[in-house]
Amino acid sequence: MLGLQDCSHHHPGAAEDRWALRDVSLQIAPGEQVAIIGPSGAGKTSLIHLLALAMRPTQGQLEFQGQAAWALGARQRHRLRASLLLVPQVPPLPPRQRVVTSLMATRLSQMSLLSSLISLVYPADIPAAHQALCAFDIEDKLFERVDRLSGGERQRVGLARCLMTMARIWLLDEPLSALDPVRAKSCLEVVCTEAARTQTTLVVSLHQVELALAHFPRIIGLRDGRILFDMQRSSLLPDQVSTLYSGAADHGTASAVAPVDDPWSIRPTVPLTGCR
Amino acid sequence: MMRRPMQHRDPAWTSRWIAASIGLMLLWPLLLITEFQPARLLSPASLEEMGRFLQSFLPPRVDAEFLALLASSAWKTVAMASAGLALALVVAIPMAILTTERLSIGATEGRMHPLAKAARQLLRGIMAILRSVPELVWALMFVRVVGLGPTAGVLAIAITYSGMLGKVYAEILESGPPEACRSLIQSGAGRLQALAYGLIPQNATELISYTVYRWECAIRSSVVLGFVGAGGLGQELEQSMAMFAGGEVASILLVFIGLVALADLLSRLLRRPLESQ
Repeated sequence: MLGLQDCSHHHPGAAEDRWALRDVSLQIAPGEQVAIIGPSGAGKTSLIHLLALAMRPTQGQLEFQGQAAWALGARQRHRLRASLLLVPQVPPLPPRQRVVTSLMATRLSQMSLLSSLISLVYPADIPAAHQALCAFDIEDKLFERVDRLSGGERQRVGLARCLMTMARIWLLDEPLSALDPVRAKSCLEVVCTEAARTQTTLVVSLHQVELALAHFPRIIGLRDGRILFDMQRSSLLPDQVSTLYSGAADHGTASAVAPVDDPWSIRPTVPLTGCR
Repeated sequence: MMRRPMQHRDPAWTSRWIAASIGLMLLWPLLLITEFQPARLLSPASLEEMGRFLQSFLPPRVDAEFLALLASSAWKTVAMASAGLALALVVAIPMAILTTERLSIGATEGRMHPLAKAARQLLRGIMAILRSVPELVWALMFVRVVGLGPTAGVLAIAITYSGMLGKVYAEILESGPPEACRSLIQSGAGRLQALAYGLIPQNATELISYTVYRWECAIRSSVVLGFVGAGGLGQELEQSMAMFAGGEVASILLVFIGLVALADLLSRLLRRPLESQ
Protein backbone atom coordinates (compact mmCIF):
# COMPACT_ATOMS: atom_id res chain seq x y z
CA MET A 1 0.00 0.00 0.00
CA LEU A 2 1.32 3.39 -1.01
CA GLY A 3 -0.23 6.57 0.30
CA LEU A 4 0.43 10.28 0.06
CA GLN A 5 -1.35 12.73 2.34
CA ASP A 6 -1.19 16.42 1.35
CA CYS A 7 2.31 15.99 0.00
CA SER A 8 4.14 18.94 -1.49
CA HIS A 9 7.61 18.91 -2.87
CA HIS A 10 9.97 21.76 -3.51
CA HIS A 11 13.29 20.97 -5.17
CA PRO A 12 16.22 22.43 -3.26
CA GLY A 13 17.60 25.31 -5.26
CA ALA A 14 14.38 25.93 -7.20
CA ALA A 15 12.69 29.32 -7.00
CA GLU A 16 10.72 29.97 -3.81
CA ASP A 17 7.29 29.68 -5.43
CA ARG A 18 8.12 26.81 -7.79
CA TRP A 19 6.57 23.71 -6.29
CA ALA A 20 7.22 20.45 -8.11
CA LEU A 21 4.20 18.94 -6.36
CA ARG A 22 1.45 20.72 -4.43
CA ASP A 23 -0.96 19.10 -1.93
CA VAL A 24 -0.99 15.70 -3.55
CA SER A 25 -3.05 13.01 -1.82
CA LEU A 26 -3.58 9.53 -3.16
CA GLN A 27 -3.80 5.89 -2.15
CA ILE A 28 -2.56 3.00 -4.23
CA ALA A 29 -3.66 -0.47 -3.18
CA PRO A 30 -1.39 -3.51 -3.46
CA GLY A 31 -1.51 -4.99 -6.96
CA GLU A 32 -3.12 -1.91 -8.44
CA GLN A 33 -1.96 -0.62 -11.82
CA VAL A 34 -1.90 3.15 -12.20
CA ALA A 35 -0.82 5.43 -15.04
CA ILE A 36 0.23 9.00 -14.40
CA ILE A 37 -0.28 11.33 -17.36
CA GLY A 38 0.23 15.04 -17.79
CA PRO A 39 2.21 17.61 -19.77
CA SER A 40 5.97 17.92 -19.43
CA GLY A 41 6.94 19.61 -16.19
CA ALA A 42 3.71 18.58 -14.50
CA GLY A 43 5.57 16.75 -11.74
CA LYS A 44 5.25 13.15 -12.97
CA THR A 45 8.89 12.32 -12.26
CA SER A 46 8.73 14.01 -8.85
CA LEU A 47 5.64 12.01 -7.94
CA ILE A 48 7.30 8.74 -8.99
CA HIS A 49 10.43 9.62 -7.00
CA LEU A 50 8.35 10.54 -3.97
CA LEU A 51 6.56 7.19 -4.08
CA ALA A 52 9.93 5.45 -4.48
CA LEU A 53 11.31 6.98 -1.26
CA ALA A 54 13.95 8.62 -3.42
CA MET A 55 13.01 12.11 -2.26
CA ARG A 56 11.68 13.32 1.04
CA PRO A 57 8.44 15.30 0.61
CA THR A 58 8.91 18.91 1.71
CA GLN A 59 5.49 18.76 3.37
CA GLY A 60 2.94 16.05 4.00
CA GLN A 61 2.88 12.40 4.98
CA LEU A 62 4.01 9.43 2.95
CA GLU A 63 2.92 5.94 3.81
CA PHE A 64 4.86 3.02 2.39
CA GLN A 65 3.42 -0.43 3.09
CA GLY A 66 1.63 0.90 6.12
CA GLN A 67 4.66 2.69 7.54
CA ALA A 68 5.41 6.38 7.74
CA ALA A 69 8.67 5.87 5.86
CA TRP A 70 10.24 9.25 6.58
CA ALA A 71 9.60 8.93 10.30
CA LEU A 72 11.72 5.77 10.39
CA GLY A 73 15.45 5.62 10.90
CA ALA A 74 17.61 5.75 7.77
CA ARG A 75 18.51 2.09 8.09
CA GLN A 76 14.92 0.85 8.36
CA ARG A 77 13.85 3.11 5.51
CA HIS A 78 16.63 1.76 3.36
CA ARG A 79 15.41 -1.76 4.07
CA LEU A 80 11.98 -0.75 2.74
CA ARG A 81 13.61 0.16 -0.57
CA ALA A 82 14.34 -3.51 -1.19
CA SER A 83 10.61 -3.99 -1.80
CA LEU A 84 10.45 -1.49 -4.67
CA LEU A 85 11.98 -1.15 -8.10
CA LEU A 86 12.43 2.33 -9.55
CA VAL A 87 13.11 2.45 -13.28
CA PRO A 88 14.19 5.96 -14.29
CA GLN A 89 13.43 7.33 -17.73
CA VAL A 90 17.03 7.03 -18.86
CA PRO A 91 18.18 3.68 -17.46
CA PRO A 92 21.31 4.53 -15.50
CA LEU A 93 23.51 1.69 -16.67
CA PRO A 94 27.26 2.16 -16.20
CA PRO A 95 28.64 2.28 -19.76
CA ARG A 96 31.29 -0.43 -19.40
CA GLN A 97 29.05 -2.90 -17.63
CA ARG A 98 27.64 -5.91 -19.43
CA VAL A 99 23.89 -6.28 -19.77
CA VAL A 100 23.86 -9.44 -17.67
CA THR A 101 25.60 -7.62 -14.80
CA SER A 102 23.23 -4.68 -15.03
CA LEU A 103 20.33 -7.09 -14.74
CA MET A 104 21.88 -8.92 -11.79
CA ALA A 105 22.28 -5.51 -10.12
CA THR A 106 18.49 -5.42 -9.80
CA ARG A 107 18.70 -8.17 -7.19
CA LEU A 108 21.42 -6.55 -5.07
CA SER A 109 19.08 -5.75 -2.20
CA GLN A 110 18.28 -9.46 -1.93
CA MET A 111 21.90 -10.58 -2.16
CA SER A 112 24.63 -10.65 0.44
CA LEU A 113 27.72 -8.57 -0.25
CA LEU A 114 29.76 -11.71 -0.84
CA SER A 115 27.37 -13.30 -3.31
CA SER A 116 26.99 -9.98 -5.14
CA LEU A 117 30.77 -9.78 -5.50
CA ILE A 118 30.92 -13.38 -6.71
CA SER A 119 28.22 -12.54 -9.21
CA LEU A 120 30.56 -9.90 -10.66
CA VAL A 121 33.02 -12.68 -11.43
CA TYR A 122 30.41 -15.13 -12.68
CA PRO A 123 26.79 -13.93 -13.08
CA ALA A 124 24.62 -15.63 -10.46
CA ASP A 125 21.51 -16.28 -12.53
CA ILE A 126 22.19 -16.25 -16.26
CA PRO A 127 18.96 -18.13 -17.15
CA ALA A 128 16.78 -15.53 -15.39
CA ALA A 129 18.58 -12.68 -17.12
CA HIS A 130 18.21 -14.42 -20.47
CA GLN A 131 14.52 -15.00 -19.90
CA ALA A 132 13.97 -11.37 -18.87
CA LEU A 133 15.62 -10.19 -22.07
CA CYS A 134 13.61 -12.67 -24.17
CA ALA A 135 10.40 -10.99 -23.03
CA PHE A 136 11.63 -7.76 -24.58
CA ASP A 137 13.16 -9.35 -27.64
CA ILE A 138 16.79 -8.45 -26.90
CA GLU A 139 18.13 -11.75 -25.58
CA ASP A 140 21.03 -11.54 -28.05
CA LYS A 141 22.42 -8.62 -26.01
CA LEU A 142 22.87 -10.65 -22.82
CA PHE A 143 26.67 -10.46 -22.78
CA GLU A 144 26.96 -7.20 -24.71
CA ARG A 145 28.41 -4.12 -23.06
CA VAL A 146 25.79 -1.51 -22.22
CA ASP A 147 27.55 1.23 -24.20
CA ARG A 148 27.16 -0.85 -27.38
CA LEU A 149 23.35 -0.67 -27.12
CA SER A 150 21.03 1.80 -28.82
CA GLY A 151 18.81 4.08 -26.74
CA GLY A 152 15.79 1.86 -27.30
CA GLU A 153 17.71 -1.29 -26.39
CA ARG A 154 18.94 0.35 -23.21
CA GLN A 155 15.43 1.30 -22.25
CA ARG A 156 14.31 -2.28 -22.82
CA VAL A 157 17.15 -3.53 -20.61
CA GLY A 158 15.78 -1.12 -18.00
CA LEU A 159 12.34 -2.68 -18.41
CA ALA A 160 13.78 -6.19 -18.27
CA ARG A 161 14.86 -5.33 -14.72
CA CYS A 162 11.17 -5.64 -13.79
CA LEU A 163 11.36 -9.34 -14.61
CA MET A 164 14.53 -9.77 -12.55
CA THR A 165 13.47 -8.12 -9.33
CA MET A 166 11.80 -9.72 -6.36
CA ALA A 167 10.30 -6.34 -5.46
CA ARG A 168 6.52 -6.17 -5.67
CA ILE A 169 6.23 -2.44 -6.24
CA TRP A 170 7.39 -1.18 -9.61
CA LEU A 171 7.67 2.54 -10.29
CA LEU A 172 8.43 3.31 -13.93
CA ASP A 173 9.19 6.83 -15.10
CA GLU A 174 8.32 7.28 -18.76
CA PRO A 175 9.64 3.83 -19.64
CA LEU A 176 8.66 4.02 -23.33
CA SER A 177 10.18 7.37 -24.32
CA ALA A 178 12.89 5.84 -26.57
CA LEU A 179 10.74 3.14 -28.19
CA ASP A 180 8.80 3.15 -31.45
CA PRO A 181 4.98 2.93 -31.11
CA VAL A 182 4.73 -0.79 -31.90
CA ARG A 183 7.57 -1.71 -29.58
CA ALA A 184 6.25 0.60 -26.86
CA LYS A 185 2.89 -1.13 -26.90
CA SER A 186 4.29 -4.65 -26.74
CA CYS A 187 6.77 -3.74 -23.99
CA LEU A 188 4.07 -2.14 -21.89
CA GLU A 189 1.93 -5.23 -22.34
CA VAL A 190 4.74 -7.44 -21.06
CA VAL A 191 5.19 -5.25 -17.99
CA CYS A 192 1.46 -5.06 -17.24
CA THR A 193 0.91 -8.79 -17.72
CA GLU A 194 3.86 -9.69 -15.52
CA ALA A 195 2.79 -7.22 -12.84
CA ALA A 196 -0.72 -8.71 -12.84
CA ARG A 197 0.65 -12.25 -12.69
CA THR A 198 2.86 -11.47 -9.70
CA GLN A 199 0.30 -9.15 -8.05
CA THR A 200 2.77 -6.31 -8.23
CA THR A 201 1.78 -2.72 -7.65
CA LEU A 202 2.59 -0.86 -10.85
CA VAL A 203 2.83 2.91 -11.21
CA VAL A 204 3.90 4.20 -14.62
CA SER A 205 4.21 7.77 -15.83
CA LEU A 206 3.48 8.03 -19.54
CA HIS A 207 3.40 10.57 -22.31
CA GLN A 208 1.41 8.24 -24.54
CA VAL A 209 -2.15 8.98 -23.40
CA GLU A 210 -3.60 6.32 -25.69
CA LEU A 211 -1.40 3.60 -24.18
CA ALA A 212 -2.26 4.72 -20.67
CA LEU A 213 -5.96 4.54 -21.46
CA ALA A 214 -5.61 1.18 -23.15
CA HIS A 215 -3.65 -0.58 -20.46
CA PHE A 216 -4.37 0.98 -17.08
CA PRO A 217 -7.61 0.76 -15.17
CA ARG A 218 -6.75 3.85 -13.12
CA ILE A 219 -5.47 7.15 -14.52
CA ILE A 220 -4.03 10.06 -12.57
CA GLY A 221 -3.85 13.38 -14.42
CA LEU A 222 -1.15 15.70 -13.14
CA ARG A 223 -0.69 19.32 -14.09
CA ASP A 224 1.44 22.06 -12.52
CA GLY A 225 2.20 19.78 -9.59
CA ARG A 226 -1.42 19.15 -8.71
CA ILE A 227 -3.71 16.21 -9.30
CA LEU A 228 -6.30 17.30 -11.84
CA PHE A 229 -8.12 13.98 -11.81
CA ASP A 230 -7.63 10.54 -10.33
CA MET A 231 -10.24 8.11 -11.57
CA GLN A 232 -11.10 4.84 -13.19
CA ARG A 233 -10.52 4.77 -16.90
CA SER A 234 -14.20 3.99 -17.51
CA SER A 235 -15.41 7.21 -15.95
CA LEU A 236 -12.79 9.45 -17.52
CA LEU A 237 -14.21 11.94 -20.03
CA PRO A 238 -12.40 13.16 -23.15
CA ASP A 239 -12.86 16.73 -21.91
CA GLN A 240 -10.82 16.03 -18.84
CA VAL A 241 -7.89 14.78 -20.89
CA SER A 242 -7.98 17.78 -23.19
CA THR A 243 -8.14 20.13 -20.20
CA LEU A 244 -5.06 18.36 -18.82
CA TYR A 245 -3.04 19.23 -21.88
CA SER A 246 -4.71 22.49 -23.00
CA GLY A 247 -2.24 25.29 -23.49
CA ALA A 248 0.54 22.87 -22.66
CA ALA A 249 2.44 23.95 -25.77
CA ASP A 250 3.17 27.23 -23.97
CA HIS A 251 5.27 25.21 -21.59
CA GLY A 252 7.40 24.05 -24.46
CA THR A 253 6.05 20.60 -25.18
CA ALA A 254 4.89 19.54 -28.58
CA SER A 255 4.38 15.84 -27.99
CA ALA A 256 1.63 16.35 -25.49
CA VAL A 257 -0.58 18.51 -27.68
CA ALA A 258 -2.05 15.71 -29.74
CA PRO A 259 -5.03 14.87 -27.54
CA VAL A 260 -6.38 18.43 -27.52
CA ASP A 261 -8.63 18.26 -30.58
CA ASP A 262 -10.25 14.91 -30.17
CA PRO A 263 -8.57 12.68 -27.67
CA TRP A 264 -10.69 9.63 -28.42
CA SER A 265 -9.73 9.66 -32.08
CA ILE A 266 -6.27 8.43 -31.18
CA ARG A 267 -7.61 5.54 -29.20
CA PRO A 268 -5.71 2.47 -30.28
CA THR A 269 -7.38 -0.27 -32.27
CA VAL A 270 -6.77 -2.85 -29.56
CA PRO A 271 -9.74 -3.42 -27.26
CA LEU A 272 -9.52 -1.70 -23.90
CA THR A 273 -9.11 -4.87 -21.92
CA GLY A 274 -6.17 -3.70 -19.88
CA CYS A 275 -3.92 -6.02 -18.02
CA ARG A 276 -6.30 -7.52 -15.56
CA MET B 1 2.96 32.99 -21.02
CA MET B 2 5.06 36.07 -21.74
CA ARG B 3 8.28 35.46 -23.61
CA ARG B 4 11.29 37.27 -22.25
CA PRO B 5 13.13 39.42 -24.80
CA MET B 6 15.99 37.54 -26.47
CA GLN B 7 19.36 38.23 -24.86
CA HIS B 8 22.09 38.67 -27.44
CA ARG B 9 24.90 39.03 -24.93
CA ASP B 10 26.42 35.95 -23.31
CA PRO B 11 25.47 36.42 -19.63
CA ALA B 12 28.64 34.61 -18.52
CA TRP B 13 30.93 37.14 -20.24
CA THR B 14 31.29 39.69 -17.41
CA SER B 15 32.22 37.16 -14.74
CA ARG B 16 34.67 35.49 -17.13
CA TRP B 17 36.73 38.54 -17.92
CA ILE B 18 36.71 39.68 -14.29
CA ALA B 19 38.06 36.28 -13.22
CA ALA B 20 40.71 36.34 -15.94
CA SER B 21 41.90 39.85 -14.95
CA ILE B 22 42.09 38.93 -11.28
CA GLY B 23 44.13 35.85 -12.22
CA LEU B 24 46.59 37.94 -14.22
CA MET B 25 46.86 40.57 -11.47
CA LEU B 26 47.75 37.86 -8.97
CA LEU B 27 50.21 36.02 -11.23
CA TRP B 28 52.31 38.98 -12.33
CA PRO B 29 53.58 39.97 -8.85
CA LEU B 30 54.23 36.30 -8.14
CA LEU B 31 56.63 36.17 -11.09
CA LEU B 32 58.46 39.20 -9.69
CA ILE B 33 58.59 37.84 -6.13
CA THR B 34 60.06 34.50 -7.23
CA GLU B 35 62.76 36.33 -9.24
CA PHE B 36 61.93 34.29 -12.28
CA GLN B 37 64.47 35.47 -14.88
CA PRO B 38 64.65 33.03 -17.76
CA ALA B 39 67.17 35.26 -19.57
CA ARG B 40 69.83 34.17 -17.08
CA LEU B 41 69.73 30.65 -18.45
CA LEU B 42 70.83 31.93 -21.82
CA SER B 43 73.81 34.01 -20.70
CA PRO B 44 77.13 32.89 -22.30
CA ALA B 45 78.53 31.67 -18.97
CA SER B 46 75.52 29.48 -18.24
CA LEU B 47 75.47 28.08 -21.75
CA GLU B 48 79.13 27.13 -21.54
CA GLU B 49 78.64 25.45 -18.17
CA MET B 50 75.61 23.56 -19.46
CA GLY B 51 77.52 22.43 -22.54
CA ARG B 52 80.35 21.08 -20.45
CA PHE B 53 77.90 19.23 -18.20
CA LEU B 54 76.05 17.64 -21.10
CA GLN B 55 79.30 16.73 -22.87
CA SER B 56 80.41 14.69 -19.89
CA PHE B 57 77.29 12.51 -20.42
CA LEU B 58 78.77 11.04 -23.58
CA PRO B 59 79.26 8.22 -24.05
CA PRO B 60 76.89 6.56 -21.53
CA ARG B 61 78.59 3.77 -19.58
CA VAL B 62 77.32 0.40 -20.84
CA ASP B 63 79.84 -2.23 -19.72
CA ALA B 64 78.40 -5.50 -18.39
CA GLU B 65 79.42 -4.95 -14.79
CA PHE B 66 77.75 -1.54 -14.61
CA LEU B 67 74.66 -2.75 -16.45
CA ALA B 68 74.24 -5.61 -13.96
CA LEU B 69 74.50 -3.10 -11.12
CA LEU B 70 71.94 -0.87 -12.83
CA ALA B 71 69.54 -3.75 -13.35
CA SER B 72 69.65 -4.75 -9.71
CA SER B 73 69.25 -1.11 -8.58
CA ALA B 74 66.39 -0.54 -11.02
CA TRP B 75 64.71 -3.67 -9.70
CA LYS B 76 65.12 -2.36 -6.14
CA THR B 77 63.62 0.97 -7.15
CA VAL B 78 60.62 -0.60 -8.86
CA ALA B 79 60.14 -2.93 -5.90
CA MET B 80 60.29 -0.02 -3.45
CA ALA B 81 57.76 1.96 -5.48
CA SER B 82 55.41 -1.00 -5.89
CA ALA B 83 55.57 -2.04 -2.24
CA GLY B 84 55.00 1.55 -1.13
CA LEU B 85 52.05 1.93 -3.49
CA ALA B 86 50.53 -1.39 -2.39
CA LEU B 87 50.72 -0.35 1.27
CA ALA B 88 49.26 3.03 0.36
CA LEU B 89 46.32 1.33 -1.37
CA VAL B 90 45.51 -0.64 1.77
CA VAL B 91 44.89 2.66 3.54
CA ALA B 92 43.65 4.75 0.62
CA ILE B 93 40.85 2.48 -0.65
CA PRO B 94 38.86 2.32 2.61
CA MET B 95 39.41 6.05 3.15
CA ALA B 96 38.14 6.84 -0.34
CA ILE B 97 35.06 4.64 0.11
CA LEU B 98 34.30 6.24 3.46
CA THR B 99 34.60 9.81 2.19
CA THR B 100 32.70 9.38 -1.09
CA GLU B 101 29.36 11.12 -0.64
CA ARG B 102 27.81 9.29 -3.57
CA LEU B 103 27.88 6.17 -1.42
CA SER B 104 26.07 7.85 1.44
CA ILE B 105 22.46 6.80 1.73
CA GLY B 106 21.69 10.04 3.55
CA ALA B 107 23.23 12.16 0.78
CA THR B 108 21.25 10.18 -1.81
CA GLU B 109 18.09 11.06 0.12
CA GLY B 110 19.18 14.69 0.05
CA ARG B 111 20.14 15.12 3.70
CA MET B 112 23.33 13.77 5.22
CA HIS B 113 23.46 13.15 8.95
CA PRO B 114 25.59 15.85 10.64
CA LEU B 115 27.73 13.18 12.29
CA ALA B 116 28.37 11.48 8.94
CA LYS B 117 29.29 14.85 7.49
CA ALA B 118 31.71 15.52 10.35
CA ALA B 119 33.27 12.05 10.03
CA ARG B 120 33.87 12.61 6.29
CA GLN B 121 35.45 15.98 7.04
CA LEU B 122 37.68 14.38 9.66
CA LEU B 123 38.86 11.67 7.26
CA ARG B 124 39.56 14.27 4.59
CA GLY B 125 41.63 16.17 7.16
CA ILE B 126 43.61 13.03 8.02
CA MET B 127 44.35 12.41 4.34
CA ALA B 128 45.46 16.02 3.96
CA ILE B 129 47.90 15.60 6.84
CA LEU B 130 49.24 12.34 5.39
CA ARG B 131 50.03 13.91 2.05
CA SER B 132 51.09 17.36 3.17
CA VAL B 133 54.45 16.14 4.52
CA PRO B 134 56.62 15.33 1.46
CA GLU B 135 57.86 11.75 1.19
CA LEU B 136 61.44 13.03 1.37
CA VAL B 137 60.81 14.34 4.89
CA TRP B 138 59.12 11.11 5.96
CA ALA B 139 62.10 9.20 4.52
CA LEU B 140 64.61 11.29 6.47
CA MET B 141 62.67 10.50 9.64
CA PHE B 142 62.36 6.80 8.89
CA VAL B 143 66.04 6.48 7.97
CA ARG B 144 66.73 7.51 11.57
CA VAL B 145 64.20 5.01 12.94
CA VAL B 146 64.70 1.91 10.77
CA GLY B 147 68.13 2.72 9.42
CA LEU B 148 69.43 3.05 5.86
CA GLY B 149 67.76 0.91 3.19
CA PRO B 150 64.56 0.47 1.22
CA THR B 151 62.28 0.04 4.27
CA ALA B 152 62.44 3.75 5.01
CA GLY B 153 61.60 4.50 1.37
CA VAL B 154 58.67 2.10 1.27
CA LEU B 155 57.16 3.57 4.44
CA ALA B 156 57.65 7.13 3.26
CA ILE B 157 55.93 6.43 -0.06
CA ALA B 158 53.13 4.49 1.63
CA ILE B 159 52.25 7.33 3.99
CA THR B 160 52.30 10.20 1.51
CA TYR B 161 50.62 8.25 -1.27
CA SER B 162 47.81 6.93 0.90
CA GLY B 163 46.73 10.54 1.44
CA MET B 164 46.99 11.41 -2.25
CA LEU B 165 45.33 8.26 -3.57
CA GLY B 166 42.50 8.40 -1.03
CA LYS B 167 41.68 12.00 -1.88
CA VAL B 168 41.85 11.58 -5.65
CA TYR B 169 40.00 8.24 -5.70
CA ALA B 170 37.15 9.85 -3.78
CA GLU B 171 37.16 12.75 -6.23
CA ILE B 172 37.15 10.43 -9.24
CA LEU B 173 34.24 8.47 -7.76
CA GLU B 174 32.34 11.74 -7.24
CA SER B 175 33.07 13.10 -10.69
CA GLY B 176 31.20 10.86 -13.16
CA PRO B 177 27.45 10.90 -13.80
CA PRO B 178 25.75 10.07 -10.49
CA GLU B 179 22.69 8.23 -11.81
CA ALA B 180 23.93 4.62 -11.89
CA CYS B 181 25.06 4.56 -8.28
CA ARG B 182 22.09 6.60 -7.08
CA SER B 183 19.61 4.30 -8.75
CA LEU B 184 21.19 1.23 -7.14
CA ILE B 185 20.93 2.82 -3.71
CA GLN B 186 17.37 3.90 -4.45
CA SER B 187 16.46 0.29 -5.09
CA GLY B 188 17.86 -0.81 -1.76
CA ALA B 189 21.45 -1.82 -2.60
CA GLY B 190 24.10 -1.47 0.08
CA ARG B 191 27.00 0.98 -0.15
CA LEU B 192 29.64 -1.53 -1.15
CA GLN B 193 27.27 -3.13 -3.65
CA ALA B 194 26.61 0.29 -5.18
CA LEU B 195 30.37 0.78 -5.35
CA ALA B 196 30.97 -2.56 -7.09
CA TYR B 197 28.02 -2.37 -9.49
CA GLY B 198 27.77 1.38 -10.07
CA LEU B 199 30.76 3.56 -9.29
CA ILE B 200 33.64 1.26 -10.21
CA PRO B 201 32.40 0.23 -13.67
CA GLN B 202 31.53 3.88 -14.27
CA ASN B 203 34.98 5.17 -13.37
CA ALA B 204 37.26 2.20 -14.03
CA THR B 205 39.51 3.78 -16.67
CA GLU B 206 40.11 6.91 -14.61
CA LEU B 207 40.90 4.86 -11.52
CA ILE B 208 43.34 2.66 -13.43
CA SER B 209 45.11 5.47 -15.20
CA TYR B 210 45.48 7.46 -11.99
CA THR B 211 46.82 4.43 -10.12
CA VAL B 212 49.39 3.60 -12.80
CA TYR B 213 50.38 7.26 -13.00
CA ARG B 214 50.93 7.28 -9.24
CA TRP B 215 53.06 4.14 -9.60
CA GLU B 216 55.15 6.05 -12.11
CA CYS B 217 55.41 8.94 -9.64
CA ALA B 218 56.38 6.48 -6.91
CA ILE B 219 59.24 5.24 -9.08
CA ARG B 220 60.47 8.82 -9.46
CA SER B 221 60.00 9.40 -5.74
CA SER B 222 61.98 6.35 -4.82
CA VAL B 223 64.83 7.69 -6.94
CA VAL B 224 64.82 10.88 -4.90
CA LEU B 225 64.58 8.84 -1.70
CA GLY B 226 67.67 6.94 -2.80
CA PHE B 227 69.57 10.20 -2.37
CA VAL B 228 68.87 10.14 1.36
CA GLY B 229 69.91 6.53 1.76
CA ALA B 230 66.89 4.47 0.78
CA GLY B 231 68.88 2.53 -1.82
CA GLY B 232 68.09 1.72 -5.45
CA LEU B 233 68.78 3.79 -8.54
CA GLY B 234 68.73 7.06 -6.61
CA GLN B 235 71.68 6.01 -4.51
CA GLU B 236 73.63 5.05 -7.65
CA LEU B 237 72.76 8.38 -9.22
CA GLU B 238 73.92 10.27 -6.18
CA GLN B 239 77.27 8.45 -6.10
CA SER B 240 77.84 8.87 -9.84
CA MET B 241 77.08 12.58 -9.64
CA ALA B 242 79.37 13.01 -6.66
CA MET B 243 82.16 11.42 -8.69
CA PHE B 244 81.35 13.52 -11.78
CA ALA B 245 80.92 10.26 -13.74
CA GLY B 246 78.79 11.75 -16.53
CA GLY B 247 78.58 8.52 -18.49
CA GLU B 248 77.09 6.69 -15.54
CA VAL B 249 74.60 9.51 -14.89
CA ALA B 250 73.52 9.32 -18.53
CA SER B 251 72.94 5.55 -18.33
CA ILE B 252 70.93 5.92 -15.13
CA LEU B 253 68.79 8.68 -16.67
CA LEU B 254 68.13 6.43 -19.67
CA VAL B 255 66.89 3.74 -17.29
CA PHE B 256 64.46 6.30 -15.74
CA ILE B 257 63.11 7.13 -19.17
CA GLY B 258 62.67 3.43 -19.86
CA LEU B 259 60.76 2.93 -16.60
CA VAL B 260 58.40 5.82 -17.29
CA ALA B 261 57.78 4.53 -20.80
CA LEU B 262 57.02 1.13 -19.27
CA ALA B 263 54.45 2.67 -16.90
CA ASP B 264 52.86 4.48 -19.82
CA LEU B 265 52.62 1.24 -21.81
CA LEU B 266 51.15 -0.60 -18.84
CA SER B 267 48.49 2.06 -18.38
CA ARG B 268 47.49 1.85 -22.01
CA LEU B 269 47.35 -1.96 -21.96
CA LEU B 270 45.17 -1.96 -18.85
CA ARG B 271 42.82 0.71 -20.15
CA ARG B 272 42.31 -0.65 -23.64
CA PRO B 273 39.77 -3.38 -22.87
CA LEU B 274 37.72 -0.91 -20.81
CA GLU B 275 37.60 1.95 -23.27
CA SER B 276 34.32 2.83 -24.94
CA GLN B 277 34.09 1.84 -28.58
